[in-house]
Amino acid sequence: MQSYFWVILHGSLLTVGVSLLALLVSVLFGLAGAAAKLSGKPVLVGLATLYSTIIRGIPDLVLMLLVFYGGTIGINTLLEKLGSEATVDIDPFTAGVLTIGFIYGAYMTETFRGAILSIPKGQMEAAWAFGMSRFQTFIRITLPQMVRYALPGFTNNWLVLIKATALVSLIGLQEMTYLAKQASAATRSPFIFFMFTGALFLIYTSVSLAVLKKVNARYSLGTKRGQL
Amino acid sequence: MEWAVIFAPDNLALFGNGILITLWLLFASLAVGGVLALIFALMLTGPWAPLRWLVGAYTFVIRGTPLLIQVYLIYYGLGQLEWIQARWDAIWPWTYFKEPFFCALLAFSLNTAGYTAEMLAGAIRETSAGEIEAAHAYGMSRFQTMWRVVLPSAMRRTLPAYSNEVVMMLHATSLASAVPNMLDVTSAASRIYATYYLPFEAYLAAAAIYLTASFCLIGFFRFSEGRLLAYLAPRKH
Repeated sequence: MQSYFWVILHGSLLTVGVSLLALLVSVLFGLAGAAAKLSGKPVLVGLATLYSTIIRGIPDLVLMLLVFYGGTIGINTLLEKLGSEATVDIDPFTAGVLTIGFIYGAYMTETFRGAILSIPKGQMEAAWAFGMSRFQTFIRITLPQMVRYALPGFTNNWLVLIKATALVSLIGLQEMTYLAKQASAATRSPFIFFMFTGALFLIYTSVSLAVLKKVNARYSLGTKRGQL
Repeated sequence: MEWAVIFAPDNLALFGNGILITLWLLFASLAVGGVLALIFALMLTGPWAPLRWLVGAYTFVIRGTPLLIQVYLIYYGLGQLEWIQARWDAIWPWTYFKEPFFCALLAFSLNTAGYTAEMLAGAIRETSAGEIEAAHAYGMSRFQTMWRVVLPSAMRRTLPAYSNEVVMMLHATSLASAVPNMLDVTSAASRIYATYYLPFEAYLAAAAIYLTASFCLIGFFRFSEGRLLAYLAPRKH
């Protein structure tokens, strides 16, 4: 019985891994989406709007099943049509990371777009006046300032993303939730194992919240707050 | 792509039944969760510290753990407790804990209650002091002030955040498929996938159904916001 707790605890490393990698993917998708939405080019704006609207209208679980089961068949059919002999197997880890990243990228798109719009326009104009390129402006001026505006939305998205990693157990990745279910089936004491897993998730979300509060304080240095 | 399979009468019926179950789960859990949320929000903003602390701990746990764990805990977990085991064969309310539908509904209701309570409590706290002062000036009691002045306005102001929660709950009902013997939209898609080995068609059909439902809900909330929050909108003339 005791060893199962260790197994679940070990599985939590996988949960952390999936969530952090998915976060990375989602931030990349989010930045690309926000850039496309603010680019002013009709095609890019349309594509990004389609992405953020459709993804946010479909349950995570359905998208995950679609990518995991449908994606494998889709890629293999494509390879076959191209005349290749190779077959590709998407493993649950990759499918989980990519799907969660892709889904939360849609939420990040909206968060980042709002954050970029909150930065006074004069800041970017000043950077261009200094002769910085668009890329330099983004790295040196926009990015450090948008962190502060993006953090509240980012924190929300991150907490929801952590909880979404539990869904990866349904496509067979052996993370905490999956292992807890296995342990329950083996020992017939599901209550204790699901409580334990829930507690681990609670610790993970609480620690994240505390860390992000620190980050928020760091990036809000020097901002004036109105006194009520 | 073999869309004909999806449109075969049997499978259409499976999806149709799935839509009914999904919507029934959604509205039932919103109704139960809504009543609970109202009670919790009143406790959160009320004068008794132990109640505030208790409900605060509840929303912290509910909002900090995945819904899937909560569903498993209720469906698989409670059956482990001897106290429940002794009752769920015969004694009336406890017999429900053997039914997957009831367990899913209970988990969803408790979950949405936690999120909604915090939103509503936030709106109650944000009620402008002048409105409450005016109510007191009219000689209304605490209860009357709450019932006649604070709650009607707080519930309206929660509407924009609540519409997000409703769409989230619609998506959350797909987790019902993690419980055996449920036949909601996602389970229907999984069954068609398992029978015909057509994952794209099955899950895309499910995605289209959820997307349509999401847009309908969003449209409905836009309309109600336009009506119920008209007094907060910027002046048009």
